[in-house]
Amino acid sequence: MTDALWILILALLSAGLVFAFIRLARGPYLPDRVIALDLISILAMGFIVAYAVRFDQPNFLDVAIILAIISFLGTVAFAYYLERRV
Amino acid sequence: MKRSILLATAARYLMPLMLIFSVFLLLRGHNEIGGGFVGGLVAASALMLYGIAISPAALRTLLPVEPRLLVGLGLLAALTSGLLPVLTGRPFLTGLWLKTPLPVIGKVGTPLLFDTGVYFVVVGVVMWILLSLAEEEAK
Repeated sequence: MTDALWILILALLSAGLVFAFIRLARGPYLPDRVIALDLISILAMGFIVAYAVRFDQPNFLDVAIILAIISFLGTVAFAYYLERRV
Repeated sequence: MKRSILLATAARYLMPLMLIFSVFLLLRGHNEIGGGFVGGLVAASALMLYGIAISPAALRTLLPVEPRLLVGLGLLAALTSGLLPVLTGRPFLTGLWLKTPLPVIGKVGTPLLFDTGVYFVVVGVVMWILLSLAEEEAK
């Protein structure tokens, strides 16, 4: 039962990654791609947290914290350059 | 260009938190995840968030010393941690530890000094590169 639940969680996260990647590859505009990249990093964070809980590895949670900080900064920097281009 | 008030306000509160987190990573880093390099990167990204949200010039006045001086100080600290064991007749870069752990910091020794050196080198190099780029662009 719980195993099925974990498979469902990881499958949904994977599906989200695939759809976000399609948006990243197809565009059509630059802001769409930036948001897709942000979504991919958030989904990767969710993946890391789910994996850490499932396999009882609390060390991996630090990776998620650092990824949260860095990806936020990356999105801010992208937004900064997008505004300058216009 | 107009600065975002939301981002500037958030950066003022986020930057100290990220700096505290970077020191936490630095101090925990010998046996667990963390260390000077990751801590330095987190500290540099905290400072860069401040630079983007407010202005590169404000970041320049916030830094107490020039970034290249930070690089030199970090390398000096790392070299000192390598040379201290040589003075006591042990091989270069042997880890020396204090017998009693300090209250907050934990075990103190030359590996911690080395990590602190790496921390300052990383912060200095990233600040040096990014400040040069940002100031070149502002011209």
